[in-house]
Parts: sequence; C-alpha cells; structure tokens
Amino acid sequence: MEYVSPEGLRLDGRRPMEMRQLRAEIGTVAKANGSAVFEMGNTKVIAAVYGPREVQNRSQQINDQALVRCEYSMANFSTGDRMRKPKGDRRSTEISLVIRQTMEACILTHLMPRSQIDIFVQVLQADGGTRSACINAATLALADAGIPMRDIVTSCSAGYLNSTPLLDLNYIEDSAGGPDVTVGILPKLDKVTLLQMDAKLPVDIFENVMGLAIEGCKAIANYIREVLLENTKQLEYRRGL
Amino acid sequence: MLKSNTFSRKTKAGRIKKEVREIYLRDDIYCGAAACKTCDTSTSRAPLDVASPLLILDTNVLLHQIDLLENSAIDNAVLLSVVLDEVKNKNMAVYNRIRALSTNPLRKFYVFSNQFHKDTFVKRMDGETPNDYNDRAIRVATRWYQTHLGTAATVLLITNDRDNKRRAGEEGISADTIQSYVKSLGQPELLDLLVQPASESEDTVMVEVEDLRPSKRQVVYQEHKPMSEITSGLHRGIYHQGKLRVNRYNPFQAYVGSESIGDEIIIYGRQNMNRAFDGDIVAVELLPQDQWHEEKNLSIADEEDEEEDDVHLVPSSADDAPRTTNLVSDSATDMNSTPSRPSGRVVGIIKRNWHSYCGSLEPMSMPAGTGSFTSALFVSKDRRIPKIRIQTRQLENLLDKRIIVAVDSWDRQSRYPSGHYVRVIGEIGDRDTESEVVLIENDINSRPFSSQVLACLPPLPWSVSSEDVANSIRQDLRSLRVFSVDPPGCKDIDDALHCTALPNGNYEVGVHIADVTNFVHPGTPLDGEASQRGTSVYLVERRIDMLPKPLTEDICSLRADVERLAFSVIWEMTPDAEIISTRFTKSVIKSCGALSYVEAQARMDDSRLMDPLTTDLRNMNALAKIMRQRRINRGALTLASAEVKFQIDTETHDPLDIGMYQIREANQMVEEFMLAANVSVAKQIRDCFPSCSLLRRHPTPTREMLEPLLCTAAAIGLDLDVSSSKALADSLDRAVRDDPYFNKLIRILATRCMTQAVYFCSGDLSPPEYHHYGLAAPLYTHFTSPIRRYADVIVHRLLAASLGIDKLPPVFQDRSQLTSIADNLNYRHRNAQMASRASVELHTLIYFRKRPTDTEARIVKIRSNGFIVFVPKYGIEGPVYLTGRGEKGSGEWHVDEQQQKIVKMDKSNSNSLSYSVLQSVRIHMEVVEPQPNRPKLQLTVIS
Repeated sequence: MEYVSPEGLRLDGRRPMEMRQLRAEIGTVAKANGSAVFEMGNTKVIAAVYGPREVQNRSQQINDQALVRCEYSMANFSTGDRMRKPKGDRRSTEISLVIRQTMEACILTHLMPRSQIDIFVQVLQADGGTRSACINAATLALADAGIPMRDIVTSCSAGYLNSTPLLDLNYIEDSAGGPDVTVGILPKLDKVTLLQMDAKLPVDIFENVMGLAIEGCKAIANYIREVLLENTKQLEYRRGL
Repeated sequence: MLKSNTFSRKTKAGRIKKEVREIYLRDDIYCGAAACKTCDTSTSRAPLDVASPLLILDTNVLLHQIDLLENSAIDNAVLLSVVLDEVKNKNMAVYNRIRALSTNPLRKFYVFSNQFHKDTFVKRMDGETPNDYNDRAIRVATRWYQTHLGTAATVLLITNDRDNKRRAGEEGISADTIQSYVKSLGQPELLDLLVQPASESEDTVMVEVEDLRPSKRQVVYQEHKPMSEITSGLHRGIYHQGKLRVNRYNPFQAYVGSESIGDEIIIYGRQNMNRAFDGDIVAVELLPQDQWHEEKNLSIADEEDEEEDDVHLVPSSADDAPRTTNLVSDSATDMNSTPSRPSGRVVGIIKRNWHSYCGSLEPMSMPAGTGSFTSALFVSKDRRIPKIRIQTRQLENLLDKRIIVAVDSWDRQSRYPSGHYVRVIGEIGDRDTESEVVLIENDINSRPFSSQVLACLPPLPWSVSSEDVANSIRQDLRSLRVFSVDPPGCKDIDDALHCTALPNGNYEVGVHIADVTNFVHPGTPLDGEASQRGTSVYLVERRIDMLPKPLTEDICSLRADVERLAFSVIWEMTPDAEIISTRFTKSVIKSCGALSYVEAQARMDDSRLMDPLTTDLRNMNALAKIMRQRRINRGALTLASAEVKFQIDTETHDPLDIGMYQIREANQMVEEFMLAANVSVAKQIRDCFPSCSLLRRHPTPTREMLEPLLCTAAAIGLDLDVSSSKALADSLDRAVRDDPYFNKLIRILATRCMTQAVYFCSGDLSPPEYHHYGLAAPLYTHFTSPIRRYADVIVHRLLAASLGIDKLPPVFQDRSQLTSIADNLNYRHRNAQMASRASVELHTLIYFRKRPTDTEARIVKIRSNGFIVFVPKYGIEGPVYLTGRGEKGSGEWHVDEQQQKIVKMDKSNSNSLSYSVLQSVRIHMEVVEPQPNRPKLQLTVIS
C-alpha cells in the first residue's frame, strides 16, 4: 500500500512533516475544576480535572505528595462500529497508566500533600493518535484547574511508512502496522517524559522519527500556550481588568 | 482548507460502516508548466511545455493505449491523480509503466494531484457512480488548467468515454478521442499502435446492438460468467479458482492448480480453456467424470494446424521438462485405467495476465492495396500463446520481422484474440534479433546501466587503499598463497582459495569471496538495479551483467597479482577433512595465480611439478575427495546434465563447434569447497538471524514427479529405490551396464525429474523444510558468487551483520519485503536459465544450418507415431517421426506400453522392426524450412 505518493502527499493530502489541524477549547465542563476539549483532525478528546481535593480512600493517601489518578475511556460512539467497550480493558488501563505517569511527572505534587487530583479523559471521536490527544487535553485541563506544574506536557506521535518518517499518524496510517512512536515532552525544560513505540526500527531511523515527533510536540506546545494566553486574556476581560 | 470525505464501506464481516476521512486541500500543488508565472517552478519538476497542446488523459486512454503513450510521439501530458488511482486499482502493470513514464526525465509527463488542490477538489454528490465522479473530477481539472494557463496554452482532454466527451463539449472544454488525436498528428505508423475502438466496446449498448443484427459470425466460445456468479460459485464450491498454466509442449492442454480441491485440474483444448491465457487467474468448473478422458479426441482434433514438437535442449530439471502426460496412452489398454486427475473447463476469468508477446506474422500473400489497414495473424514464439489477430498498415514491412504485439481483447465470436502491434525487433533469423527475442521473452533487462547507477561506482582506476588495509575489521591476508580456479577466459572471478599446512599436521583452508558489499551499499540506485536484475545472464555469445562492468571485471574480480578486498571463510581441517574450527573475516588478499580448470588439472597430474602452488592444489584435492565422498555417503545425489559448450568465431560470433562440457577433478574440487563455504555461512546466518536469513532449499521430489523415471527403469528391468535421496543415490550407483554411457543416461533422466532449488526467507518456513534434497544438507545458501548473483550479496550483508562488522539493513526487518526479494530472485534465476537454454538452442540451429550431420542418439521416450531421442554429443532432444503427420496413430506401428517399445507390425515378416527405450539409434540431423523464415532442426532415423 502506498501511504506517501511519489508526489510527496499522504492519503489525506498532508505532506510527511505536516500535522493535522489542531483545535482546543478550555472550560467545557462547568462542574469540573478544570476541563478542555482537544482536537487533532478528526480525533476529539475531552478532559476534566477534579482537585486538588480530599482523598476519597484514606488508605491511598500519601503524606508528602498529592495522589494523581487518571481514568481513560472511549465513548461508545467514538469509532464507527457501535461496540460496547468494557470499562477497564487492558488497552484503556494501559493508557490510563501512561497518562497518569506523564502528568505526575509535571505536576508539583509535593505542594499538595494528602490531597487527590482526578483526571478524566474520554475519547469522543477516534482517528489515530488518541494517546497524544489525551495528554494534550489533560495538560490544558490541569492548567485550567490552576494546578501547579513544572511545565506543560505535550505529546505527538510519528511513524515510519514507505521509508518516510510521517508526523501525526491518522487512523489509516496507524493501522498500517508500521512503527508508531509516541513522544511526550516538557518543552521548556526540554525533557522527555513519555516515549513509546510498537514494532521495530533501526536506531538511526528511530532517531529521525523521534526527532520529528519532538518537533510536533513543540508545535503543539506553542499552540497550547497561545490557547492558554487567549483564555487568560478572556478571564482578565471578564474580571474587568 | 479542510474538507472531509464521507463514504460508506462494507467491512469484512459484511456490515456497512460509515467512514469519514479528512482531506487537506492545498495551494502548493503546481501545474507543472515550465512557463507558468503564478506557480513556483523552482522546487518541483515542471516538464510541461505550453507551446504545444497540453493533453489531459482519461483513465480509459491510459488503460488501453499504454503502448501508444510509451511512444515518444505522444508527449506533454498531464496525469491526474484521480486517474492514476483508478488505473492502479484496475491494472497494476499499466500503473507501473505510467509511473515510469512520469519519472522519465526525457518525457514530458506530469502528475497533478487534483484531489488535493483547493480549486480542483470535487466533492462526491449523492448517488453519483464512481465513474461519473472521476469523469467530473477530470473535467474540473481540465477546466482549471484552461483558466490557469489562460490563452497561452491549448488544453485538450483526451477521452474515449463518449459520455465524458459529450459533457466536456457542453461545458466548453475541448475534448477529443485518442483515435482522432493520433490521426491529427499525421504519423501513420502510430496508428498501428492504437488499440482499435471496436475492442473497447465495454459499453453494453454496443454489444446489444451487435447481437440484434443477424450476425454471420458464429459464436466460438462460451460466454464468461458474470463476476457475481463466479464469486458465489466459488463460495459454494462449484467453481474452483486458480492460475492457469498452459503446457509448454502442448498448448492445447492447461493446468489449474486449485487449492479448493487440492489437486491440479486439467483443461483440454482451446474450447475448454475458453479464451484464458497462460498466467490468468481463472474460475474453473469440473466436467462430469465420464468426460475426464477427452484428451485424445480433443487435444489435437479441432485445430487445423497442430504444431509439432521442436527439437530442443535437454531439460535440466522437472520444471523445464514436458509435464507428465501419458503420451503413449493411445493404446487401448490404457482406456480401462481410472482417470487420476479431474478435468474441467474455464467459466470465467478473474484476472487477466495479458502482456506483450514476441513473435512474427503468419506468412500470407500481400493484399492488393497498400497503405490501408489489413489484418494479419501473429504467431508468438512462446507456444503457449494462441495466435493473435492484429491490424496493420505496414504489412510488407512486418512480414519478415520479429515483432512485439500486445493483446487487447478476445470476444466470443472470434477464434483468435485481437491485439495491436507494438514495435519491431529485427529481421527473423538474424542472430542479434533472435537473441533480443530470447531476452525479451524472459523479461531480462539488457539495457545499459543508468547514469545514477554508474555514479555509485568508486572512481577508477581503483586500488586497495591504505585505509582499507588499516581497517580493523579487515584482516591482511596478502601474504597467503591464494589462487583461483575458473573456466578459461573467465573475467568475473569471484572466488579464490588457499590451503596451508599447519605445524600440527592440520590444514588451514580458506575460501575468499569478492567483497562486493564493500561497493554495493544498501539503498543506493546500484543496489536497487542489482536486486531487480537478480543475476547475471550468460548467453552463448554475450553476458548480461548484474553489476556494471568496472565492478564485475575489475574492482571486485579477484584477478592474479593485484590486491583485492575479500570476504573469507577460513577453516582448520584435519587431514581427514574434518572441520575443527570455522571463522569468517573481511580481508585483503593478493591472488598469485588465476588458473583455468585445465591448467589446475594439468598441474595436479604432472608428477614432476613440486612447487608450493601445485602442492597446495594436491592437498586441497585430497581433502575435497574425502569431503565429496562423505557428502555422497550422506545421500547427496550426483546428477548429470548434458551441458554443451560452443566454440564461437571471434569475428562473426557464429558457432564453430559444439561439444559436451567436460567435468574434471579440478571442477569438483572447487565445487566442493564452495559448497562447504555455503554450508558454513548458512549455519552462521541462520544462528544469528533465525527469522530473516536468505537460504536455499531443494524440495524432495514427490513420487508422482519421479514417475517417468520409474516407468523407463521398469521397462528396461532396472530397479530404482526412490524412498530417500540416499536410496536413490545408491541405486543410481548400482545402475551400471556394459554400455559405458548407460549410467550417465539414467542420471540425466533422474535429474530432469527433480524440481529446482529455490531461495526463501527462513522466517517463512519451519526448519525441517529448509532441507536441500540434492545436496543432502539441512541448511544451504549462496555465498560464493556475489558478482553475478544478488542472493549472495544479501547473504554477505547478513554475514557481515552477524559478525558485527556492519549494521543490518532495514530491509531485513520486513519479512514480506524479504520474501518478495526471494521470489524475485527465483523468478530471475529461472528466466536466466531459460534464456541461456534458448540461446544455446538458437546457436545449435545456426550451427546445423550449414552442417547436416549423422550422429548417435538415444531413445528416451516412446510416442504413438515415433519416439523422442536424446543426442548426447550436442545435448539436444527432439522427436523422430516414424509415420507421416497425417496418418498419426494408424498404420503398422504399434506401441507397447509395458515394454516402452514401438514395433512395426509386418504381417508377412515375423522378425519385425522395433525400437525400445534407451536403445541407441543413428540419426540424421538437418535444418529444414517447412515455411519461409521458420527454420527448424529435423531429426530422421537412418535405417
């Protein structure tokens, strides 16, 4: 199958180094302390953050830092076929863990001992790269909730098909069975907090692909900062400052 | 700009699913015209020329007129991506040819991605068929070109779809059919390349009209079933799907290997083949069991001109040999036996395998008027292909030429398919033309290497540099006494040997192979070209190299007295030829002598010579003999082939003499060490890369395949045990008669029952299947000839990676890619062999043209009207007819199946004349021309 035409265009008309269209909206769930919707092309994810709040289950309480919990789920309508997805299947448990660990790395948990932060992410529409979109949405929601963080975390995936590194794979490219590298970074600190890959790649090519994914993360970081800035301006305006 | 594309799709489970896909519309796709002011022409290719009309081609033009498009007269064309996608779905071969055109810098073809351009994107309307949608997209793109380029250029839509043309006219787009466009060019020879419009009458309207007319033409073939019926038939198991393979020696018989019934279905006669070509994927319906014996009546019956067997080279394996059909089964006794194989008839063709064919026109008288279209019958050189009817304006030019013809269609009313002329190769009978035909028929690329490929070569003159010697991965073996033994005049020397006696009484034996991978790096154009060619091809008068000449004959060739880079396998062996240790290393060597087999043999035989080199040779020979004996004890087969060698006149390149290829001890010695090196390397790479090694296996022949051998053996009272390779080897050894040639003859007959060894990717099969039957080795690969075989190049890379010298190229991580490489190598090897054989056949014919000869021959097979003889001296095989062609099977000759005998029944005389299998006869060989320009070798028995 030809995923990149000889003219250098992908199946959806993007060039190999181009990302899908990004869109973000803050404050979509009124009840939550912080929330956001994040879209990468046809992938659409909603995130809601509750906390810091009292730990519900006392036995889980940590005395010197906050407890971060994360729940990832896919809406039943997120994919074309209306299949009832059992809650807590392997895949969503794994992604929940990945998101939790990534977010924990950037939240200043020691500032909020004996408290709990809940992050809920749900995929509303799936078209590849849900993992990255969830992390980006969670970052926005955490920022919206005003939870102290070292830096924002952004994530993006890249793949390698037809001997070409491709940025931000969509569902068709993702299901091609090629390698799929998901990277999460702290852009200001220039640190990697998440790195996952299925399939195999030679090291030199892997470095290229990962470099591309990092570029993507940085571009997303810029966009997220813009959104946050805009949101802050709105808040300022509403306060009448 | 973002648009989404919504459509419904049926999933594998049969549910309907709605798919939504994004489409990013761009403004950075350029029109491709060099003179365009608005488009940025600096970054991408802009081959189009606005001075001449710009052609926008419709899908049907691309699909049907690809031969015309490849002619340089048609140029300056835009290929829309929507059109290319459709072509790709319908015919991959055409798509590849189109892609080649669009990247060819000499041609002005430009691919315009209209689906992603913001102005030419077309959204599918409700209820619109894919065809209408594509046509609309094409018209939109054409209109865009017209407005974009303005008055500077004329844009012409070329379409053969009537509806599309009409609508284009309504929308104010200038459109034309390919026929009238070609006519307007005023080059009559192009018209021959055109596929005739009548053949494109896919539109049902046309067919119906024809059917309504009281037609004089009768229906020759049964109608093909519609695709939906075939699919459901396959599903229910009443039809069987498979690839049709036509018998090379009897074009009226074909086989379909069907997975659903696990056996081959035989199809007799063109009627049952129902317009299927060799290689087509067909659906077959089984005939009722009582019709399974139709072969005798049908095979020859209704065709007016049954072609007879030609004299050909002796087949070297089962793959070349005629299929095992009961050629003598005309006798009445055979009728009672139960039919073993089902026979059937083709009901539909699932995928066509039409391509272009080499051949010539059937001789015919010239029609009165010249310059007008005349139809002629084309006879392909490949006998499996039926005659093809073509239309031409240049009949007088083509009659004595070899030409290439492509097939267009085959409708029910015509006995023969219709096609069109593609190009002329040259005069019939001319040696160069015929050699060219051999190459084309076997799909061998003999074009010179492109400049990109040549750019990958190291600068010349090349010599081993000090860095090479200093490189830590490379061992300096220049001090060793390395020599090579090859056929005389060999220029591509890829192996050399050394043998030193060690102080402990053992020997250090080394095999040094040219280090081709030091120059051919993965991913370069040079590597791509080599992997495509797969192997060098040896014809009688020329060699078609896999790698460019500087590499083949100089840089890699391990010539005498020059320093060369090598990849070495070095063993320590006891005097009993037991391998104590094996090591592999890259090295620098300096050969001290490039011997020929004759020289090496002479040195070994000459007891006066006591120089170190000769001693080495003798030591090696002693070791090789032990290794060989051990191999034979393990059950390796010593098979024989009837290879011949030509002596070629250096001036005219005509053959001067033919003789059997003589095998000496020196050949066997070199062969033995090469086998050992291959086995050692196979073990090493298999241990390191169990799932991605390239190995070579030789499947065990089935009993069915050995049937002809057993049949012959039984007739002459010889008992052969074929239960294992060891048993077969032993019984072949025992098959000795007074006749000195008898054993070799039996071995030759055995050889042709075997299939060929094949390359495979180790991950695709389980270890027991890796076995090499002929060599009785559990693992085998090819390592020793990287200059002329690409498989060896791959194995070199694997070996280097296993030693940590080099990184493993990414290809090896993709098993499917590796499998396709292995398949290509098998295909290329097979074609290279076929080409070599065809070339020898051609030269045999040229040789005997001036020299009618009487010679000794052996009968190898009895037929109803004669027998097949094998001529050992010239390595050829051919039929000898005892009766005339008309009186086949009748008359006084009677075949005895059991005894494999043909007896002349003479009522008056009791001691009748008889010929039996393996009997020696004297025959007369002569080239005759039954038809002008069609010479053939005729064998007659001298009584």
